[in-house]
Amino acid sequence: MYQYDQYDQKMVDTRVEEFRDQVKRRLAGDLTEDQFKPLRLMNGLYLQLHAYMLRVAVPYGTLSSKQMRMLAHIARKYDRDYGHFTTRQNIQYNWIKLEDAPDILADLASVEMHAIQTSGNCIRNISSDQFAGATADEIADPRPWAEILRQWSSFHPEFSYLPRKFKFAVIASDTDRAAMRLHDIGIQLVHNDAGELGAKFFVGGGMGRTPMIAPEIRDFVPADELISYAEACLRVYNRYGRRDNKYKARIKILVHELGQEEYTRQVEEEFAHMKQLGLNPPVEELARITQYFQDPPFDKQASVDIDLSDPDFALWVDQNISAHKQPGYAIATISLKPRGGIPGDASSAQIDLMADLAEQYSFDELRVTHSQNIVLPHVKKSDLYAIWQRLDEAGLAPANLDLITDSIACPGLDYCSLANARSIPLAQKISERFADLGRQRELGELKLKISGCINACGHHHAGHIGILGVDRKGTENYQLLLGGSGAEDASLAKITGPGFTEDGVIDAIETVTDLYLEQREEGERFIDTYRRVGMARFKEAIYG
Amino acid sequence: MGNTIRFRDDEVHEEPAVALDSFLDQSNATAVRIEAGEDARVLLPYLDRLSLIEIDFPVFGDGRGYSAAQILRESGYTGELRASGDVLLDQCAHMRRCGFDAFSPDSPINPQLMEEAISRYEHVYQATSDQRKPIWSIRHG
Repeated sequence: MYQYDQYDQKMVDTRVEEFRDQVKRRLAGDLTEDQFKPLRLMNGLYLQLHAYMLRVAVPYGTLSSKQMRMLAHIARKYDRDYGHFTTRQNIQYNWIKLEDAPDILADLASVEMHAIQTSGNCIRNISSDQFAGATADEIADPRPWAEILRQWSSFHPEFSYLPRKFKFAVIASDTDRAAMRLHDIGIQLVHNDAGELGAKFFVGGGMGRTPMIAPEIRDFVPADELISYAEACLRVYNRYGRRDNKYKARIKILVHELGQEEYTRQVEEEFAHMKQLGLNPPVEELARITQYFQDPPFDKQASVDIDLSDPDFALWVDQNISAHKQPGYAIATISLKPRGGIPGDASSAQIDLMADLAEQYSFDELRVTHSQNIVLPHVKKSDLYAIWQRLDEAGLAPANLDLITDSIACPGLDYCSLANARSIPLAQKISERFADLGRQRELGELKLKISGCINACGHHHAGHIGILGVDRKGTENYQLLLGGSGAEDASLAKITGPGFTEDGVIDAIETVTDLYLEQREEGERFIDTYRRVGMARFKEAIYG
Repeated sequence: MGNTIRFRDDEVHEEPAVALDSFLDQSNATAVRIEAGEDARVLLPYLDRLSLIEIDFPVFGDGRGYSAAQILRESGYTGELRASGDVLLDQCAHMRRCGFDAFSPDSPINPQLMEEAISRYEHVYQATSDQRKPIWSIRHG
């Protein structure tokens, strides 16, 4: 994985000192909260309901064991002994003291990490495919491109006060594990006719109040024009994105209001100007970064067999293991969705354990997934049983990847000052109601996503089943949505009808899953049946 | 103009900056002020005769002025580029990188603190109109 050189290190070290100075000025009263807010936000520090929340960047979701251990250390030393992995492959801590924040950033900098631009109206952490570099279905490792974008976007002087936050995702496979088209800019690496690697740009996707799937605006941007094209996309947005209403300020609204063609025309015009300006790193820079993402030294003789005589282990292998490009190896996803647990939470001890396993079995590498799980990307099949045993002891072996209890949930009213309803307790109750693994497996792939308000941090628009918590006359009310997808078959979920109580919405989920079991045809997932049968049939079952 | 901090050696421009509309109506003005929503590109035909362009920041979070400044510098403007309005200490470094070389903040900024803020980062990741060498360029000579 990527390693900082002296320049990268100097940048984050300087940031720590700058932020230390800003916190000092805030604590001394030299900065008002209004003036301090954008500064702390640009360092990932939010003021939530009960305390400060610090969000730490995990660039494109890739971590070393040493970095992972530092995340455990921070949870232990500065927080309440746990951290929360997020849908943008980051981690956040919910109980941070302002005066500790500079020390935390210094600790992070010591392992080449930071919280730069994990919030604020700027370019956020670049997310990517959690199976990058390990899966056979990619045409290249997307992470060197993400790293180029990370460096370019860090402290970008022109794009630090955008109309609204800005999120990139980069993938290199036709299988989309990163919800790429639900980002402000989604990039898919592709080959052109000459066999050169380049970037296909999708601009103007997003969730929130007005969900949109990003349209493709350019089928190929060469590697040595990536930055000038991205700059052109951002400049048009920075100049013309709406600033009168924060709920209409994301780039998706601009692209929608201008129309895809007009937005594209303006970008191309800006690009024609900008590509003359020498904004792009030379191809040698991409080559330099790519070197850090070479395959680890795989054992070519590794056995392809797995002893599945332990039935619980066999279930985990069947559910949580994905195909690796190297025979004899596997990609193991560690589910952070235990029965009754909080989706995405992990204790310091669990984080340490995952770091140990990565060090021992996965070439020192881990990934965070956008569905709030952790991946050991390069594991020998013959080591899987030993890994599983240690995970199981630590409560980290739920065999529910992509099943109904592998839900995404936002922090909701338990933490968030924007929320209208609680998300976490609902996710917990659903995981209890559907605890029977046999039943979950019978239901098959089912992406359940829960948001506690219309800002949609829990991705309810992209759920096969989505739940949106709203406030209805002072009580929490949950709307049910069906038919969304954040994958390569991206689609937006639709609301079924009137909302429910907490228990009522769980009953409604059972109703729709029962209908699926009754109606499904051979090989159909829930989403497939829904698409074939249509909303009306599901509505009828729910509302009678 | 007592509060203006300049990073230029030339004489302070005496003529007050006029609003963009007025500027476009008169042929001899040499200083203009543009508001956040105005298109800096309409000034491109006049860059040779301009010696002061003031760009207003109505609130510090409105970042349109950064792009306006970049566009003017990219187009060859070499006169004074002044940031006015809600200009705060912690935004000055980015403004410098986008080509601003004078600051006229609503609330005065200690010039020494500004100097420190601007020179804090030894290196930069991007090529911008300030012509500093980005890290990728240092890496590859």
